[in-house]
Amino acid sequence: MRGMSLIVQVMAGLLAGILFLYGGYIMLHGHLTPGGGFAGGVLIAAALILVSLAYGSVEQVERRRYILSSVFESLGGAFFLALALAGYFAADCFFRNTGVFYLGKPLQLVSGGLIPLANIAIGMKVGAGLFAIFLALGASRFVMKE
Amino acid sequence: MESRFLPLFIAVPLAGAFLVPLLSKIWSRFADLIAGIANTVLLVVSVYTWLILRAGGVPLHYWVGGWKVIGIAMWFDALTALVVLVINIVGFCAMLYSIRYLDRYTTGRWKFYTLFLLLIAGLNGLAISGDLFNMFVFIEISAIASYALVAFGTEEEEVEAAFKYMVLGEVGGAVLLFGIALLYAHTSTLNLATLSQALATNGKTPFYWFVIATLLIGFAIKMGMEPFHAWLADAHFSAPAPISALLSGVFIKVTGVYGMCRLMFNVFGVSRAETPAFFNLLIAFGAVSMVLGGLLAYSQNDYKRLLAYSSISQIGYILVALGIGNYWGFVGALFHILAHALGKGTLFLASGSVEMQAGTRELDHLKGLERSMPFTSWAHILGSFSMAGVPPFAGFFSKLFIIIGAISARMYWLAFLAALFSAVTLSYLTKVVNVAFFAKKNEEPVRAKEAPATMVLAMVLLVALILIVGLGFQGVLNHLIGPAAKVLMNGLDYARLMLGG
Amino acid sequence: MIPYIACVLLFLIGLYVVVSKRNLIKIVIGFCLIEYAVNLFFALVGFKKGALPPIITSADQVRLGVARNFVDPVPQALVLTAIVIGLSTTALMLSLALRLYEKHKTFDVSEFRKLKG
Repeated sequence: MRGMSLIVQVMAGLLAGILFLYGGYIMLHGHLTPGGGFAGGVLIAAALILVSLAYGSVEQVERRRYILSSVFESLGGAFFLALALAGYFAADCFFRNTGVFYLGKPLQLVSGGLIPLANIAIGMKVGAGLFAIFLALGASRFVMKE
Repeated sequence: MESRFLPLFIAVPLAGAFLVPLLSKIWSRFADLIAGIANTVLLVVSVYTWLILRAGGVPLHYWVGGWKVIGIAMWFDALTALVVLVINIVGFCAMLYSIRYLDRYTTGRWKFYTLFLLLIAGLNGLAISGDLFNMFVFIEISAIASYALVAFGTEEEEVEAAFKYMVLGEVGGAVLLFGIALLYAHTSTLNLATLSQALATNGKTPFYWFVIATLLIGFAIKMGMEPFHAWLADAHFSAPAPISALLSGVFIKVTGVYGMCRLMFNVFGVSRAETPAFFNLLIAFGAVSMVLGGLLAYSQNDYKRLLAYSSISQIGYILVALGIGNYWGFVGALFHILAHALGKGTLFLASGSVEMQAGTRELDHLKGLERSMPFTSWAHILGSFSMAGVPPFAGFFSKLFIIIGAISARMYWLAFLAALFSAVTLSYLTKVVNVAFFAKKNEEPVRAKEAPATMVLAMVLLVALILIVGLGFQGVLNHLIGPAAKVLMNGLDYARLMLGG
Repeated sequence: MIPYIACVLLFLIGLYVVVSKRNLIKIVIGFCLIEYAVNLFFALVGFKKGALPPIITSADQVRLGVARNFVDPVPQALVLTAIVIGLSTTALMLSLALRLYEKHKTFDVSEFRKLKG
């Protein structure tokens, strides 16, 4: 994939960090404000896509990114399942929240027990998954041939 | 009765699906290992849960997160038991078969198993879910996995078939979601039990029929019923053989027939006495599917395409049997789900090993395989007998029960039609057997080797099950099919049991 | 009533596009229209005139009873799920379309006729 012009690269470099941070914010505040894992994950994927579109990359890098994002995606899924199973083994109940996770006080960042953790898991899965989809579609000539 | 085994039906295949891409980076054979373990665990858990259900006599339930009624319900009654057993038996055999079958494809072993496990997870989730929106989500999970699996070979026709299948299937999914939105707007609940109670108090308004029609269209597309059958033949034809076996034997019946039965009989509470129009509609579409599917199958020259059209015909049988609407009709339909899953599974697996070993599946080019591939051939021949309704195989009893149901409902023409198309099934399957597996004296048989051991084992397992179900039909009827048919007969007991239990 | 009818219209437009267009990408777009129509309809189902968004920003809200005047949050959660499903189907569809393009060097459906039936 070829990169874009200097103007785009500079702007993308400025924006990508902010986008990434905002995605993280949306993800971590998912239990307090609108948003959550999916919206945050999409923003994070958008930041990654922006960078790789603006700066371009070569085949090896692209393939490594694809493998890395598919690993992260699987880890996110496994993490989510582990959260569900934690309740299952600790309190005999799938997705049990009370009594298993630290609930904290309502309306604070560290609260909600399972929910913020689940948001992080979903954010990982969605962010990495979307980026992998982008790579597979946009760079199909590299990835699909493996 | 609460059962803590129910979440495992979803957790095990999902865990497998997430672990396969991770661990197969270390050693590619981990993919087979994980898929094998996951499917074996599922099979064991489903048999064990069924035994618990048999011993307890009351349906098992599970509320996710411990939130009774407002949370997501999981529900395991006799009907679920039947469906889950069918899914996991055929799934296990297909997995066993895939181990060597995948050698045909150079790469992507882990992709296959990830999608395979997602498909199994979606089907199992649909079967045990007691929540309307969850049913939709699981239908979509299994559907998306199946689209990707149909295109797995990435040859021209496979991708084309997958695209076609996807367009139709997703329109079906959107229609289903629309129906769910209508239901939610009307009743403000998605739990099947409370939904059923809310609908019972509302009466049979035009709105009620509109929702039924919307949902029926969605399920009709998913099951490949006659006017919406266009995707089915291409998709089953192009998919890898174990996936064809799963799609034809399990997928169309679970997402289509089971989903429809659960909603129509247990939620809407339709019954022959009160709403004959619905049942007559099922009979009409079922009969059309049966006739057209059978006739189209007759004229095919490709082995797998013939089997795919035959599936449409067999779906017609199931719909007709459901439309008869009495106890024997339901028994026939459910028995046919079981018999067809085992029989068609065997046939598709056999077709896969013929294709793999002989290099073609055009009937014109296949001759005398019986001598070189005895196990595959005999698996295919016995499976054909079962599909065509030759005693004492499983398929005979399912068709017998359908005919008994039709006669006891005084629909003699339907009994005649069912018997007639049983003969048609026999004739087109005999055509395959005659052409492909036996050769005339002066003809040179096609050179081929017997399929690898695990592939043969998968087929032999299915054939053994066909024989067991056929010979022990009394036991199967009393312990598995009969209770499931009663669930459909006393549809509205579902809500009472779930909310009371 | 008008928003609901608009949703149904959007659905029908999408269906028309899927059925009549010959370009694969247009078919995918038509399919997206269908999906948006259904999602919009579902989101509208939970709408209540003059109600607040279902977010609790302080503990007082619950105490004062403001919490009762919310729009129904359940359809929103469900629509979010449906959007995720739609996203994955769209991505898969596009990748299949790309694959077909690589094979045939065209997006025109009438050009490939490997399968009939």
